[in-house]
Amino acid sequence: MQASARPALSVNLKPTGIANTSREASAPSSMRMTVSKVNFYYGEKQTLFDVNMNIAQNHVTALIGPSGCGKSTLLRTFNRMHETVRNARLEGEILLDGQNILAQDVTQLRRRVGMVFQRPNPFPKSIFENVAYGPKINGANAPIAEIVEKSLRRAALWDEVKDHLHKSAYELSGGQQQRLCIARGLAVEPEVLLLDEPCSALDPISTAKIEELLVQLKDSCTIAIVTHNMQQAARVSDFTAFLLVGQLVEFNPTPQLFTTPSDPRTEAYITGRFG
Amino acid sequence: MTSRLRWRKLISGFMLTMTGVCALVAVSVLFLILGYLVYNGGTSINWAFFTKLPAPVGETGGGMANAILGSAKLLLLATLIGVPIGFFGGVYLAEFSSTQVAFAVRYAADLLNGAPSIVIGIFAFAVAVHPFGHFSTLAGSFALGLMMIPITLRNTEEFLRAVPRALREGSMALGAGKWTTIVRVVIPAAYRGILTAILLALARVAGETAPLLFTALGNRYWSPGWNQPTASLPVMIYTYALSPYEDWHRQAWAAGLVLLGLILMVNIVARVILSRGIAVPRS
Amino acid sequence: MSTTSTNLPSAGPVTASRSFVSRLREGDEIARLLTFLCAASVVLITVLLVFELWRQSALPRHKFGFSFFLTRVWDPIAEQFGALPFIYGTLVTAAVALLLAVPLGIGAAIFLAELAPLRLSDPLQFLIDLLAAVPSVIYGFLGFFIVVPLMREWIEPALKKSLGFLPLFQGPAYGIGFLTAGIVLAIMVIPYIISVSREVLLSVPRDQREAALALGSTRWESTWKVVVPFARTGIMGSIFLALARALGETMAVTMVIGNTPTISASLFSSGYSIAAVIANEFTEATGDLYLQSLIELGLVLFLLTFILNGLARLMMLLTTRRGTGMGNA
Repeated sequence: MQASARPALSVNLKPTGIANTSREASAPSSMRMTVSKVNFYYGEKQTLFDVNMNIAQNHVTALIGPSGCGKSTLLRTFNRMHETVRNARLEGEILLDGQNILAQDVTQLRRRVGMVFQRPNPFPKSIFENVAYGPKINGANAPIAEIVEKSLRRAALWDEVKDHLHKSAYELSGGQQQRLCIARGLAVEPEVLLLDEPCSALDPISTAKIEELLVQLKDSCTIAIVTHNMQQAARVSDFTAFLLVGQLVEFNPTPQLFTTPSDPRTEAYITGRFG
Repeated sequence: MTSRLRWRKLISGFMLTMTGVCALVAVSVLFLILGYLVYNGGTSINWAFFTKLPAPVGETGGGMANAILGSAKLLLLATLIGVPIGFFGGVYLAEFSSTQVAFAVRYAADLLNGAPSIVIGIFAFAVAVHPFGHFSTLAGSFALGLMMIPITLRNTEEFLRAVPRALREGSMALGAGKWTTIVRVVIPAAYRGILTAILLALARVAGETAPLLFTALGNRYWSPGWNQPTASLPVMIYTYALSPYEDWHRQAWAAGLVLLGLILMVNIVARVILSRGIAVPRS
Repeated sequence: MSTTSTNLPSAGPVTASRSFVSRLREGDEIARLLTFLCAASVVLITVLLVFELWRQSALPRHKFGFSFFLTRVWDPIAEQFGALPFIYGTLVTAAVALLLAVPLGIGAAIFLAELAPLRLSDPLQFLIDLLAAVPSVIYGFLGFFIVVPLMREWIEPALKKSLGFLPLFQGPAYGIGFLTAGIVLAIMVIPYIISVSREVLLSVPRDQREAALALGSTRWESTWKVVVPFARTGIMGSIFLALARALGETMAVTMVIGNTPTISASLFSSGYSIAAVIANEFTEATGDLYLQSLIELGLVLFLLTFILNGLARLMMLLTTRRGTGMGNA
């Protein structure tokens, strides 16, 4: 499956309360994913309110906001991980390449939209077997060893582990484990990769390595990342969405959002007036 | 959807259904057991069952009054033997002991707990029957009491440990001594769990047969005092079941229903007590 | 006052500051002594147990040595005692029990841990805990009156017809024997496998399963290829526990196994187990050699269950440790 761009439908949205003229001027020609009128409920409690945004192809989109604002919740709807929780309910439409993900088979969707989690969570298997897991169950059209090597290279981990592929994944450091999880996610060649605060459990050096890697990856993959670290969003992303108590307050190209935010609440957050 | 994916989803649905079947099978066994006992034994439970002595061999009629009383006596004495040792031992482990001693005691208790009940029976025979030259209720109670010790001990310790430090410190800050604190503050805080443990230990030994085979043995009549062999429900069930008499089979069904009914009730009561209480670790 | 407490172990938090006399007056020292005695008696009893088993099996140990475990003959009259038939029967019935109970138990545990909502899973687990509380004699009783006829009339003939070419399923089938005992034992040990495995499965971190799902696994794949392997140590522990239980079971086995010291390849054959022979012959044993041979069998049983329980505990220890050992950042 190619991860490189195939022209996708470009959909015009009217996101709530955002001046979007400047964004359209620099907008890429294709949107990989489109989110419209998304409302989310845990049982009776509503946690996302009328969210509209999109994820641009071959770019990095960051979701920022204070704790509990719903950014992780939103990210997890993109590959329908919210369905693993019983009382979770999603309303609205999320399109991947123009097709509603809610109407597709979820197993197939999750192969196309991958996820890396907050804490590194390698399987209790060897490094090789971790990366090989996805291709093995989904069926691979190239030899597994090749796929494993390619994925580990894309995750900038190959050189560190190439002689130890059969060691347990748990022998790696935290930062290496997280890159292993990224390699594992890449092994199924997803079109979109979702990362949920991938560096929050890591030291600064590992964090820097992963940030570097994300910038390289976007050429072959579309990336959405949730982060509570604003500087990280500013360093790494092309577009940033700021959420506050379940509402999408602002969604703009990153340089613009951080220098001239259009909403006072955004400004208050990025200048640290609240966290 | 590719055919490979279709196949994988099919397998997934099938295997998950099979696990449900496994769970269903496991749970339904309980209902089957109860069902059979009620069906076959329900009609035989009558007043005579509870009040009459066994009839002479080969004759029909009679009851299991001596076995019921015998079991009651055995359990009473077993509780008196096993619970204090287990309880106070648990208090020691939770409140006074060093880690090394605690480790040794816990290890010994686990060993005792894991020993097959027939081995406990052999031990009780060696200690309480052989030196005295006869079987007795006392010996039977000794065997059963031994089995109650580890359960009581481990659970007492766990539930006492679960009582927050703050409670103890509060009491001692008011000038209460250690033992006073334990008796007046810690144990009352943990009483539910400890009571549950005792009930569960009781339910466990109530059904034990093997250790009684060479300690209390059996008796077709009443067993006065504590020094003679005594009938007990589990042993009666065993004896009657393997006998060639239809009437005895009938009575064994009834006895089985009574025994299991009591044991299950105690279990349910114990767990209800526990669930209503403070949040403490499950045993 | 005989409460010289100098040789009591020092322990506990807040005791050092108060004077000995005030501690004594409060009854603390007496309390510590008394409770210590109770705790110590547990150790004493256990040591005594092992000691008695060892001491009272001296005769056959000296007379037969290791050949005790290899001799097939159990002839009280000729005073020839060989443990092999009982060891064989114990192992065969335990093997049959595990072969049936492990898949069923793990399957049920998977259902309870992964599929059933807690609202359903907890009550079901409660029922399964009740199953574990059913006494052995009741299992034996029902085994004798319900399972044995079932085996004799339906299952064993069917097995004979379909798989009779295997020596396992040949010979006369009367309903009692190794197979029936194994089946009854399986029913008895399933609750242990289920409850321990369920707990271990429930403790597998959520994000293991989520990672598998996020890679496009089906639910079964994520359960079987990721969650269960993560929990495999604990599940092994539950199996050892079940095995220890199966080996020590007395009443249920003796009521359905036939109680003849036979070694036979056929599962339909009647046989004997260590626990069963002790139960049946202990009170009839004439002469010290006879009795002590039975006690030696008891010692063997005790050692076997001791080792298995120890292994089970080791596994559980390894499980809890691994859950937190996620590499060093």
